[in-house]
Formats: sequence, structure tokens, C-alpha cells
Amino acid sequence: MRYALLVQGAPYSSQASHSALRFASALLARGHRLECVFFYHEGVYNAARLAAPPQDEPHLHDAWCALNAEHGTQLQVCIAAALRRGMLDEREASRHGKHGHSVEPPFELTGLGQLIDLGQSVDRLVTFAP
Amino acid sequence: MSSHALATGDLLVILRHAPHGSSWLREGLDAALVAAAFGQSVTLLFQSDGVLALARGQQAGPLGQKSTAPTLDMLAMYDIESLFFVEDALASFGLTQQDLQLSASGIPVTAIPELLAGHKQILTF
Repeated sequence: MRYALLVQGAPYSSQASHSALRFASALLARGHRLECVFFYHEGVYNAARLAAPPQDEPHLHDAWCALNAEHGTQLQVCIAAALRRGMLDEREASRHGKHGHSVEPPFELTGLGQLIDLGQSVDRLVTFAP
Repeated sequence: MSSHALATGDLLVILRHAPHGSSWLREGLDAALVAAAFGQSVTLLFQSDGVLALARGQQAGPLGQKSTAPTLDMLAMYDIESLFFVEDALASFGLTQQDLQLSASGIPVTAIPELLAGHKQILTF
């Protein structure tokens, strides 16, 4: 089956990201495909490129990047939810006159319409929220 | 699916949070509007604290957050007219249908599974 995940919990504040990552590895281990993870609401903080958790805790940002590198899973972040929370890629940072950026590939800022598209194009869209 | 289903459609958006205390309601309504703009038939279910979103007279308030009342008024423009609330939830706040900004249908908790079954996709906020 072709899956997509919707993550709405902030990393380290709620269990949502941890559970979503575990669900992702379980479905991939079963031979399913994970097309995309869509980050919305406080889930957008998962894209923070400067995340620096203690070494004895799971590095959630790196775990998402590994999903993309190893399985080609797209990492899409709702742009409206991201911008108001200070999550900007290089292009948005320059557009808003900000020094530095907080989001970089493989995470991509995209519209909420992508989430609606995903719901129609994959077999299962599973939500992880606090 | 039963032939006398409460409502059927492409997407059911469940709203469980009151306005202002968090951005759940605003971001859930945004998702509903985008889906409708993409041509999907959308139903809203206001559940638990979410029923407060329907209460008349919501304003921006001193914290400067945007009021969600204008967004609710826009629902009809996006053809989102299938609105439900859980009866017990509304009653638990001492509200009646007369206190609501929009016309919505009250359903008992026991009718929720039927609503879920009638939609291809469900997003919960």
C-alpha cells in the first residue's frame, strides 16, 4: 500500500513525531511505500534544521531526513503554519528580509492543498497528533 | 453504508478545540476551506470543546488573535453547509441551538460512527 502521514505534534513536546517515525519504519518493514510526511500545526517544528537534542535522545530531524534519503519519502511542510512560527527556508527568509533560515531540504515548504491532494492520491493517510 | 446516512462526502473535518486557546480550530478550518476550494465535498463535526466555535458573538478579544467567526461566515461561500455538533457537548456548556452563529444539526454521540463511515477521508483537529 501507498501511505502518507500527517504529523501535527511538535518534536519533544508530544509523542506524535516519535510514534509517526515508529509507524513509518513498521510499514516500510512490511514492504509498503511511504510517499510523503506532511507537517502541519505544531508539527512544522520537526523541520527545524538547528534542532540539537541531547545525544542520548532520538534525533527526530535527522530521522526524518534519513527517511527521505533511504526511501525517497517527501517531507512537506505547510507554508502558512510554518511562516507564522518562524520556520522559513532560504527563499522565504530573503523574501521577508530575515537573516538566516530555519528550514532546508529535504524539507520543503508547500501549500495545504498538497495535504488534500495526498488524501486523494495515497491508499492511507494516517494522522499523528497530540 | 446505510441509505439514510446522516451525511456523506469526500472529507469530514472534526473540530475538537475552542477558539482562541490554541490554533487548532483556525488551522482545522483552514484545511476544510482548502479542501472545499479543491472541489471536495466537506462536512464539519464540532465535538467536545469545539462546539464553542459555533457560539454567537465571538470577537478577536484583547490578545489580538484573529476571530474565527468571519471564517465560519465564509463556510457557505465555499459550499460547506453540512455542519454537525454533538448535542451533549453543546448542552454541557449550557448552550442551545439559539446561541449558535450558524445553523448546524445536533447529533447524539452514538451517531458519530455513521458520520465517520460516510466519508472517504477524516482529518481531526
